[in-house]
Formats: sequence, structure tokens, C-alpha cells
Amino acid sequence: MSDLGADLRRETLISNADPADFLALLKPRVMSLVVFTALVGLLLAPGAIHPVIGATAILAIAVGGGASGALNMWYEAETDALMRRTANRPIPAGRVTREEALAFGLCLAFFSVMVLGLATNWVAAGLLAFTIFFYAVVYTMLLKRRTAQNIVIGGAAGALPPVIGWAAVTGSLAVEPLVLFAIIFLWTPPHFWALALVKSGDYGRAGIPMLPNVAGERATRMQILLYTLVLVPFALVPLALGFAGPVYAVAGFGGGLLMLVWAFAILRAPTPDRLARACWRMFGGSILYLFALFAALLLEWSAGRLAPLLPGGWA
Amino acid sequence: MTTGEEPEGLRLTAAEEASRRRRNRAIGLAVAALCLLFYAITVFKMGPAILSRPM
Repeated sequence: MSDLGADLRRETLISNADPADFLALLKPRVMSLVVFTALVGLLLAPGAIHPVIGATAILAIAVGGGASGALNMWYEAETDALMRRTANRPIPAGRVTREEALAFGLCLAFFSVMVLGLATNWVAAGLLAFTIFFYAVVYTMLLKRRTAQNIVIGGAAGALPPVIGWAAVTGSLAVEPLVLFAIIFLWTPPHFWALALVKSGDYGRAGIPMLPNVAGERATRMQILLYTLVLVPFALVPLALGFAGPVYAVAGFGGGLLMLVWAFAILRAPTPDRLARACWRMFGGSILYLFALFAALLLEWSAGRLAPLLPGGWA
Repeated sequence: MTTGEEPEGLRLTAAEEASRRRRNRAIGLAVAALCLLFYAITVFKMGPAILSRPM
């Protein structure tokens, strides 16, 4: 066999991918938020679920979320290569081929939905399948390159995990998980537009019509504030509906106040340097805010479960 | 039929062999974990009813 033939075969057949590269396709950082919010939805749901089945449900939701990440990276490999933030992802860096990522994503999507359906119920499995479809097809393939409202509508995929967690226990939907859905849905635009303001050059090069590139910086700052003004009061709805208590109130009011301060700082930042700093603060801070809200729900749920076990009672 | 020359085929480099070994190990672990998971789901979802079926 000629050297050229061997080289060609080496180019096309031999993979140097490590298991860690396939793990990176699952977007582990996004997955951690998916796991956490799904867990809260699952625990808040009325009724009992065996811990092993509950853990299986969370695993399936996590893997399903990871599958949508892998499918997203499969479709966006070329754009990812153009942006500094994503150029080192496994496909643009040449460690995993697009075909491998597609096969990996489709397998995980299929298995996660089947496992969730068999372990819990088909309402939860259907919601997981819809989430994967919405993220990989509706957001990644249809919306992302077509409209500046891409992350507003696409945010629905990221907001569904608590609903899936709830459905895994009850087999149905209710107001509570839909409120949690709406909180994450409203949280997504200010969170991502803060990043888009800093990275508008990157997005511009990649041809992705993020709001700052389409409507301009000024309009984006205003939109971030407007969404924050809707989000902060809406995040207090769990208190009004009675499924959140004092710890959540602290997170909702305290965190909400900080969110408003950060949103105003973005609106009024006088120099590009100050704007970048305000945006990074909003980007990181908003993650902490969402985490605090859901952690508060988790803490109150745990306190409610542990209270009867403590001598003399508590809470 | 001998030509006196063994076909060489494709020789993997040390790095390629090492990464293949790591991938194989990961696949093996994933398959083992799936077996355990399906076993656990079956037992915990059906409980003792797993033994109760007409012959």
C-alpha cells in the first residue's frame, strides 16, 4: 500500500478522541444547571418516587440535556471554529469528527428518552424528547441564525428540566413547575444578552444575529433591563402561591435587588470598559441568582422533610 | 500463496493505541453501568412483583 493511501486512511479512519472529548460534547456546565433545576422539580412534586428511580430520572434528564449539547455542537462545528469562545470545542479543534458527534448525540437522545419512559412515565419521556428536539432543531437549526429573538424562544428548552422532573413523579403538569419554567424562561434573555454584548464581535464574525448585532448596543441594554424588571417580581410568584417560604423570600428579594442593580449598571455604563465589566457581573451574577432561587426551594424542602425527625420539632 | 511479504495494513501510533484503549475502557464502563442501571430499575420499579407471573 502506498504511503499516500495509508495517510489518507489515517486521516479518515483513526480517531484520537479521548473519553473526555466526548464528555465535553455534553456541555457539562450547562448540564449541571439542568440537573439542579430538574432535581428541584422532582423533589417539589407531590407524591413519592423511589430514590433509585428518582436518581435514574435525573440521570436520564442530564444525559438528554447532554445529547442536545452534542447535537448542537455537531450542527454548529463551522460557526464554533470562528468564535474564540468555542474554537477549542472537540469538533473545531479536530479531536472528534462531526459524524462521531452526531452518532453520539442521537444514541444518547434515544437512550435517555427510553430510560426515562421505562423508569418513570411517558409524559416525562415525551417532555424530554420535546426538549431535545426544541434545542437541537428549533433553536440550533431554525432560530439561531434567523432571528435576534433566538435565545428568547430557545430559552424554553433550558427552562423545561424542572417540568420534566415534576412530571417524572406525577405523570402530569401543574402550576408550580410551570412557574419554575417561566422563571428560567424570563431569566435566559438578560443572562445571555449580557454575554452577547461583550462577545458581539465574535457573534458578528460567525454571522449569528444576536440582539446587539441586529438591534444595537443601546437597545440590548434596555431589553436586559426590561426583562429583569419582569423577571424579578415574577420570581416572587412561588411565595404568593405558597410553595416557597422565608429562605426563598431572602433569595428572591435580595437576589432580585442585585439583578436590578446589575441591569441598571449595564444600562448606564459610560465607557466600553465599564460596560464589559457590568456585563460580566450580570452574566456570572445571574447564574448565582437562579442557583440561589432553586437552592432556596431545595433547602426549604429538606427542612420540611427533616423537621419531623428532629427532637421537639422544628420550623 | 505466499509472497514473502506480510500485508502491513494500518499501524496505529502509540498515541492512537492509547486513546483507543481509553475509549474502549470508557465504553466498557458505560455498558456495565447500563446493565446495573437496568437491573436496578427492574428490581425497584417492580419489586417483589417481578417474581409474580403466571407460568
